[in-house]
Amino acid sequence: MPTASDIASEAALAFRARIEHLSGQTVSSCYQCGKCTAGCPVASEMDTDPARVMRLVQLGARERVLRDEAIWLCASCETCVSRCPQACRLPRVMDALRAVAEQDGYARDNRGAALLNRLFLAQIRAFGRVHEMSLVAGFNLASRRPLRDVTKGPSMMRKGKLHLLPQRSANLPAVRRIFERVQELEGSET
Amino acid sequence: MSVAFYPGCSLHGTGNDYAQSAHAVCQRLGLDLTELEGWTCCGSTPAHNTSALLSVALSAQNLRLASDQQRDSLVVACAACFNRLRSARHEMAHDEVLRGRVEHVLEAPAPLDVRVDHLLELLLDTYGLDALAARVRRPLTGLKVACYYGCLLVRPPEVMAFDDAEHPTSMDRVLAACGAETVDWPGKTECCGANLSLSRSDIVVSLVDRLLDQAKRAGADVVAVACPLCQANLDVRQTDVTAQTGHRYDLPAVYFTQLVGLALGAGADELGLDKSFVDSRPTLAGWLS
Amino acid sequence: MARIGVFICHCGENIARNVDVDRVAEAAAQIPGVAHAESYRYMCSDPGQRKIREAIVAQGLTGIVVAACSPHMHENTFQNAVEGAGLNRYLCEMANLREHCSWVHSDREEATSKALELIAIMVEKVKRNQPLAPIRVPMTKRALVIGGGIAGIQAALDIANAGRDVVLVEREPSIGGHMAQLSETFPTLDCSQCIMTPRMVEVKNHPRIQLYTYAEVEAVDGYVGNFTVTIRRRARSVDESKCTGCGACTQRCPQKKIASEFDAGMGQRPAIFIPFAQAVPNLPVIDRTRCTMFLKGKCGLCAKACPAGCIDYEQTDTLVTEEVGAIVMATGFDVQPPTLYPEYGSDPDIINGLQFERLLSASGPTAGEPRRPSNGEVPRSVVFVACAGSRDPARGVPYCSSICCMYTAKHALLYKHKVHDGQAYVFYMDIRAAGKNYDAFVHRVIAEEGAQYLRGRVSRIYRDGDQLVVRGADTLSGTALTIRADLVVLATAVTPRPGSDALAQKLSVPYDAFGFASEAHPKLRPVETNTAGVFLAGTCQAPRDIPDTVAQAGGCAAKVLALFSADQLEREPVVSRVNEATCVACFDCERVCPFHAPEHRELRNRAGDLLRVVSHINEGVCAGCGLCVVTCRSHSIDLAGFSDEQTFAEIGALAPF
Repeated sequence: MPTASDIASEAALAFRARIEHLSGQTVSSCYQCGKCTAGCPVASEMDTDPARVMRLVQLGARERVLRDEAIWLCASCETCVSRCPQACRLPRVMDALRAVAEQDGYARDNRGAALLNRLFLAQIRAFGRVHEMSLVAGFNLASRRPLRDVTKGPSMMRKGKLHLLPQRSANLPAVRRIFERVQELEGSET
Repeated sequence: MSVAFYPGCSLHGTGNDYAQSAHAVCQRLGLDLTELEGWTCCGSTPAHNTSALLSVALSAQNLRLASDQQRDSLVVACAACFNRLRSARHEMAHDEVLRGRVEHVLEAPAPLDVRVDHLLELLLDTYGLDALAARVRRPLTGLKVACYYGCLLVRPPEVMAFDDAEHPTSMDRVLAACGAETVDWPGKTECCGANLSLSRSDIVVSLVDRLLDQAKRAGADVVAVACPLCQANLDVRQTDVTAQTGHRYDLPAVYFTQLVGLALGAGADELGLDKSFVDSRPTLAGWLS
Repeated sequence: MARIGVFICHCGENIARNVDVDRVAEAAAQIPGVAHAESYRYMCSDPGQRKIREAIVAQGLTGIVVAACSPHMHENTFQNAVEGAGLNRYLCEMANLREHCSWVHSDREEATSKALELIAIMVEKVKRNQPLAPIRVPMTKRALVIGGGIAGIQAALDIANAGRDVVLVEREPSIGGHMAQLSETFPTLDCSQCIMTPRMVEVKNHPRIQLYTYAEVEAVDGYVGNFTVTIRRRARSVDESKCTGCGACTQRCPQKKIASEFDAGMGQRPAIFIPFAQAVPNLPVIDRTRCTMFLKGKCGLCAKACPAGCIDYEQTDTLVTEEVGAIVMATGFDVQPPTLYPEYGSDPDIINGLQFERLLSASGPTAGEPRRPSNGEVPRSVVFVACAGSRDPARGVPYCSSICCMYTAKHALLYKHKVHDGQAYVFYMDIRAAGKNYDAFVHRVIAEEGAQYLRGRVSRIYRDGDQLVVRGADTLSGTALTIRADLVVLATAVTPRPGSDALAQKLSVPYDAFGFASEAHPKLRPVETNTAGVFLAGTCQAPRDIPDTVAQAGGCAAKVLALFSADQLEREPVVSRVNEATCVACFDCERVCPFHAPEHRELRNRAGDLLRVVSHINEGVCAGCGLCVVTCRSHSIDLAGFSDEQTFAEIGALAPF
């Protein structure tokens, strides 16, 4: 739990400012009406509901929010955005939290969405496109649940929905260059 | 107007029945659906989870390709790709700082000359409902369809500007033009759990359970979708729903293009009706010749 | 020869901190025409004012410049002081050394030299000032009150009971407004109609109140003390002089299924109807947009049913003109329909607070028993949603509607009293219960009446079979929750009554972005407007509850009566005057004047032959804005106290520096 000094500190305010900058959202305009939580399809699965994630960001409770599973459960369905009375794009805030969690090493042990994100982007980097079969297999292995959905693969294969070999985009070099230049630009800014 | 089709990764894989049926429909309607040459992944959710810049740049890359290939519009079938591509265009148009950063990354001007359209918009706006109805060979009379739009077609409304965000009707109108009866149901734009399907399939199962329950109680014979991820969740996860909750629905989740194709006279194989887990062919038998 | 006195105020440290007041006094004494200059710590204090008065007498001063704060602050103070020493009050000018100088400049040297410049300007002006006398105009001691809800009724009764005549205009067929629609009032649970209807009858029977219902203000001309108001009396299609209110016509009308405005759509009425049983006046009106006779040209059943023969399909609107001296705007509010949010959908069982009032009211369509509009059953579970449109900058209104917290608590309580085993849920964001005994009332509803309060908003409502599914949140526990409800009551936003903006324009009263009329000062002039003689009562100005509305209406009455207490209206003599010799009669002044002050004056010779027509400014109307002065192409108009000569001299005063 954050202490009073955690949430009043300069570091706390700096964290809030960082999230506001990355997300482009004025987090402090949230007045905690809870409409995001009310409509969120996964709120009931979160220990910390979306409105409270916003509150923690307002308070700059960095450790608590970056370690919270909730930020990896947000499905980016945007239901909250279309109904928010303050027109806050909460998924952007979630994106910023996920990005910071990833950058600052909080997602290292995450075997859920963070892991999937890393594997997914690695595929884009490798092929320019995503190869579903190796993505799923890789994810199941890395998350140490190799038998997850094991019965579905063969039947998909039979139906011609899975391909053994990945497709490679002709523009793979351009995609790799995008990754490099984004990394370069963002690296120079932090 | 010159268009290019952006299939996205899923339509070359688990969603290839969507691609197949989209091509079948467009071929019958005389709509050009030539694939964008050298397309690359839009970045999807993992990209915007990681970096806003990366996300927009990966999508913008495809807009740039379309621009280089002298296309006016990029037509997209996958709701997730559609969302990313249209968002990228919107954000580059409305955020000068971001646009500058994207141009730096792409080493090219932001390709704002290319529009992003969904296949439904192509049918509704470019082709027209009257023209579509005139091409119907086997009206889907008596078929009750629950149109499922999910999240990414319609939200956020300020960005997507697609239909009504809470009560969309575009798919309903397309299928009604094909003779089907679309049902009013509360799940139209509720989330199916999207890519939590891999990391937290338990969540997806409970969301899909509720959607199928609502569709079934609204009297639907099939659920029509416009997104390969929605289709996979609603279709492939039905066995898991039964295992986790005991509820059994046997409610086929088909692509709206498969139903349109059916009405236009295409066959089951041509439309990829054999590819889903919950077989729709028994339900659709009356319209299959 | 001018003998000007300059009095420089330190304003404590406010001016003296940044302005070298002693140096300014020395330099001011050197300005040609200045006979006396001194500085003092607080010029507005009694000793300060005495210094001015003594100097005027002792030195025979002919004009005064007080270099102090803004004239908005103390011009009146110093004018009175000057007058006390026998000098005309308009021979006193102020140089603003505080707001225009010391407060906005940090460099002491620069501020000091600017202070001297400001004084020099005013010295040149005051040298050329002329003594002016206040303008006195006669006044009509009769008030117009627009709107016959509780605000208008209270203002009208207070003014009339003090012995002044009142014209009360109501747009609807009956007075009573929203308060007549309410069930019981918070926090005392007084029956609203029981306390309201005696007031309505009092209005009707009051010898000093002229009541026009089913009427609207068409035009307003004139100015404070002398307004001419045109009122359109809409055709009731019923001869008021003969009708006894027996109701036979309404019984016979074949159109019976028109949504009743009084019942907020919860009940139905015929095309010829008396809005409610206690309506004042108790007269029917034909809704011509729904009457078969007017739509299809045949029917006439009501005319046949009327024993007194008072149905008149040929009746037309009439215009009446009333002369009044003051106007009270009391046009009230509306609540938004319960269909603002598409995520809530539109469903017969989703209603707004006013509709629920009608379901709770003994005079309502269900005789006070809450019933579901969809099937007429008593709801077993009711969800109340506060802030359903208020405090929603993105899609509703950004402001707080002020009354919803309290009436929602009252709704929950009344529902629990009527359906003992029913469950009431209240979604709220904050509870704003600042009135007397309000907080205790809310606490009682929560702790003793068993209403389940949930702190959060509702994101979605959809129908599932016979019930509504409400998806909301309780942020105190951090939980998303789903409630199955038989009825949902949305506390929708309070908005000004449609058309009140158009009326405000006729009255030259500003209004805010939402259409609420603007008071002259939010703290110190809350019932006045920037248009003299026009006052605001009730919710046309901002959302407020009944006690505040009644108090404000009483405040309006006091202001009106104070205005009427003088024999004549005294106005500032700062008005425009036309030089008739040079006026070319282009009447551009007439086109630009927002107050309709310029008139056409005919110049005739002794024989009575018309020589020419020139412009003439009506002093009683002119507000001294100066628009005509700058518009006049022949430079024939001057503003008293702000003549061209004075202005050029002021500019000239800057030249030596």
